[in-house]
Amino acid sequence: MDMAQAHQENKLKIYSYWRSSCSCRIRIALNLKGLEYHYIPVNLLKGEQFSPEFQKLNPIGYVPVLVDGDMVISDSLAIFMYLEEKYPQQPLLPSDLQTRALNFQAANIVCSSIQPLQNLAILKYIEEKVSPDEKIPWAKFHIEKGFEALEKLLKDHAGRYATGDEVFMADLFLAPQIHAGIKRFNVDMVKFPLLSRLNEAYNELPQFQNAMPEKQPDAPSA
Amino acid sequence: MTHRRAFYFKFQQHRTQLKLELETRNPMAAKDGGDVSSKIALYSYWQSSCSWRVRFALKLKGIPYEYKAVNLGKGEQFTPEFEKLNPLHKVPVLVDGDVVVSDSYAILLYLEEKYPQRALLPADPQRKALNLQVASIVSSSIQPLHMLSILKLLEEKVGPQERLLFAQTNIEKGFLALEKLLKDFVGKYATGEEVYMADVFLAPQIAAAIERFKIDMSKFPTLSRIYESLNALPEFLATSPENQPDALH
Repeated sequence: MDMAQAHQENKLKIYSYWRSSCSCRIRIALNLKGLEYHYIPVNLLKGEQFSPEFQKLNPIGYVPVLVDGDMVISDSLAIFMYLEEKYPQQPLLPSDLQTRALNFQAANIVCSSIQPLQNLAILKYIEEKVSPDEKIPWAKFHIEKGFEALEKLLKDHAGRYATGDEVFMADLFLAPQIHAGIKRFNVDMVKFPLLSRLNEAYNELPQFQNAMPEKQPDAPSA
Repeated sequence: MTHRRAFYFKFQQHRTQLKLELETRNPMAAKDGGDVSSKIALYSYWQSSCSWRVRFALKLKGIPYEYKAVNLGKGEQFTPEFEKLNPLHKVPVLVDGDVVVSDSYAILLYLEEKYPQRALLPADPQRKALNLQVASIVSSSIQPLHMLSILKLLEEKVGPQERLLFAQTNIEKGFLALEKLLKDFVGKYATGEEVYMADVFLAPQIAAAIERFKIDMSKFPTLSRIYESLNALPEFLATSPENQPDALH
């Protein structure tokens, strides 16, 4: 095995879908920590997450999945914590316990109160049980509710970024959700001045921009 | 009696028996959170399964706390005092000196860092990640989909029969995934021979699945075994809804 091949073999692998905001969080983290990775697309619309190979990696059928040598880790929060511990360069959690807790809380508002209520599975359900026209309004309603909560939570703590003047975990979870809200679900960002300002700050960072859906290898060409 | 009802009945019998034992041992043990400490206060509602996670963890770590009941039915989460603690009007909220933390997952990660005794995350990176993943599956893929607010919304948009059906479908989907995920790691508890974060999230979730949503746990043998172990823990019992100071009987 030559050195180039060995280097390839040792690279991190991420199983990702271009539009998956959960995958986007980790793409940002990898970029910020300067970690190279193989991008392995899993087409959720075609049901590739139900293939026997992928089910072995993650039986719940979600992306992202990170493979690091022998380690296989699923779930963006678990992957984030793993990366933070194993690759401490460019720390993505502050040292102060209160601000750390704030980051976890903001991340969880996205993970538990927003994203599960606008993911593919639930949109499909709404399309089937209510109507196709109800998909966007349903997602918009829940995203906006979550964004209101985030505005309140962060208003006394935000600096240049969500929890101060440095990029931390909260920003990684916020950026993909705001992007999805704007691009796909007609969210009226005028109602969310802090999140709007944060979004502009994220738009200036190449590590965030290169992780966005449209830039991924499996994004449909324009 | 159908198999499912027998299963459910067995859990209830066991719970009642253990409660009697605990009360006999120490009449106050089941009622409060241990010595009242000026340090930690937990704002909680007896029936909130998110609050149960934190109560369970505090008990496992042997951290005394003051129980502050927030009556969600009476709208106490909207008082100006509570709003100052959590502008999102949700329980649980933990107050530890100057530090105020909301959201059960955030609280648990905070406790794990500040009070490392009786660790709730294993040192081994693969098992640590597995515990965080299980916690996420419960807190993101299962619990939010059977919250009262969502079920009410679906009842309006789809119909009254949809409430239970939606909740059950999503709980079973999540439980099926957990069965697959845990089968190669399970021991006495979810990820081995010790109680960890996965168990802290699973126990209240399985309790809710059985008691509120009538899930047939015989379909989930791994989770059933885990729950049987957890249901035998005094820490789990002492922190269960019916043993909280604000429980209504």
